[in-house]
Amino acid sequence: MSTVTFDRPASEMPDPVVRKSRRRWTFYILPVFTIGMIVYLTAPVFLMIVYSFNKLSGTGERQVARFTCCTLEWWKDIAAVPALNDALKTSLLVAPISALIATALGTMIGLVLGRYGFRGRGATNFVIFLAIAVPEIVLASALLSWFVQWNGWELFGFTWKFGRQTILFSHIGFSIAFVAITVRARVQGLDRSLENAAQDLFATPIVAFFKVTLPLILPGVVAGFLLAFVLSMDDFVIANFVKGQDNTFPTWVYGTARLGVPPQVNVWGTVLFGIGLLVATFNLFGSRRSARR
Amino acid sequence: MSDPGVATDLAEATEALRTPPQRGGGRTLGRRQRSVPYALLAPGGVYLLIGFLIPLAIVVYTSLQSGGLLDPNGFQFTWNWSNYTDSLTTYGSFYVRSVQYSGIATLAAIMLGYPMAYWIAFYGGRWKSTLFFLILLPFFVSFVIRTVQWKFILGDNGLIFGPLKDLGWLPDDFRVLATPLAVIWGITYNFLPFTVLPLYVALERIDKRLVEAAKDLYASKFEAFRKVVLPLSFPGVFAAVILTFVPATGDYVNSEVLGSPDTQMIGNVIQDKFLEQSNYPDAAAMSVILMLGMLVLALIYAKVLGTEDETLAAGASGG
Repeated sequence: MSTVTFDRPASEMPDPVVRKSRRRWTFYILPVFTIGMIVYLTAPVFLMIVYSFNKLSGTGERQVARFTCCTLEWWKDIAAVPALNDALKTSLLVAPISALIATALGTMIGLVLGRYGFRGRGATNFVIFLAIAVPEIVLASALLSWFVQWNGWELFGFTWKFGRQTILFSHIGFSIAFVAITVRARVQGLDRSLENAAQDLFATPIVAFFKVTLPLILPGVVAGFLLAFVLSMDDFVIANFVKGQDNTFPTWVYGTARLGVPPQVNVWGTVLFGIGLLVATFNLFGSRRSARR
Repeated sequence: MSDPGVATDLAEATEALRTPPQRGGGRTLGRRQRSVPYALLAPGGVYLLIGFLIPLAIVVYTSLQSGGLLDPNGFQFTWNWSNYTDSLTTYGSFYVRSVQYSGIATLAAIMLGYPMAYWIAFYGGRWKSTLFFLILLPFFVSFVIRTVQWKFILGDNGLIFGPLKDLGWLPDDFRVLATPLAVIWGITYNFLPFTVLPLYVALERIDKRLVEAAKDLYASKFEAFRKVVLPLSFPGVFAAVILTFVPATGDYVNSEVLGSPDTQMIGNVIQDKFLEQSNYPDAAAMSVILMLGMLVLALIYAKVLGTEDETLAAGASGG
């Protein structure tokens, strides 16, 4: 057999080194591209963090492109812009309340859609689908037109006007659909027999729900809550339409963008980014651990 | 699976598992139990009615009004269809520009996003969730702030073009900011995660053994991709188009922050008419036109893939 090998000219012999390196080269295109794109996607975030340490001299307190290293001034004066503080207060007030209410209402819808067959199921699914697919500006226009009809109405001594309450009302509305699909996906992946087993063991439906179903769908509910919170914090278009005289964090930043953003915006952006990162990492590792168990 | 009988049996069995037992009627339910879904649905359903469906009806109603804020009679409902014809004739070029910008941005986002989603879904291995998480990372910063940062990156003497001009590699009057390119760039950037997510979800659930099978049947790597992976990822591409193209067409932040008056899109006009001019009927008519366009795409999607398909849902909710 060895003679056969010797008979072959050297050029026909597979060259392991060349083949290996050629395969390697094409093999690395996609990973390098992906990593590059991730860097590209996060570039503005890095820039925001870096600019929160930018030293500004004689330019007024607005972000400029030239970076002069480094100062902690803006981190110390984090609360020096009163209008920004008000905007943050609105955002941090609206987001948790909206997320909480949307999670309660959306979880029930998600549970029903994932679990029961009933008349009107298809229609409900379609409404949820529409609420997600509708462009923000259309929803914003619709809500504004709707609130205009109410404007100035008095009910139990409470005058309806544009402001935090309209932002809250709008945010709950669009978050419900997102919570519902998150919970629906979780419910559909659920093993129904566990609940039946609980009922066979004489648990009432309500007890079975709280002892078996709820713990099982809890990751979906938590994910829905976090999603609703982020959606509310990040929403610009709808808040901009219905905010009246009040401002949220994004609408205030947008309002100052033309003249220049004060560096405190970058500081607060970095703080919120840090908190989001912590919660998400915690959630990711938490869900991994529970998945392993 | 070559036997069609086995395949049908399997499909039926899967369907039976998926369908809730109540529907098939194996069990008879009392009236109280039958009302359970409606009772759970009621609070959220009522909210969606007053917070979503009625507003959509009201914007259609508003779009057929005439009059104005300064009019002694205010706004009046008069079946004023001219709001539609006027907005289409006066602002036709804005619609065209919006569709162009967001169409190019959607195409660019799919071309950039598909390879990423493909690599993570097929070769991500144990780094999958980490890579996926890194793509979502920018979402923790308000997109308004991120767009403002792009203004500094793309500025005439900004982080990219400033140094290049100093080196003399670019003419001094070269600019990207305030051009259509900057707006399309911003839209592509801002919607890219919405493109990648549904693509990833669709690619991820492709059975990898199918690719091996194709290779066993003498398909080259490229053929296996073109004939197996690409067709199977089609729902993801469709969902990506909906999640990118539809919101991008209505976007006005990118063109406001990164563009110029010459790059204004239909969203800028709607925003201006609603918030600056208080010309509600015209603005409402323009929103309804956008909504109808979206509805057509959404109905096609629902018809082809159904409203319960996970691709769109997972994409929209960030996995």
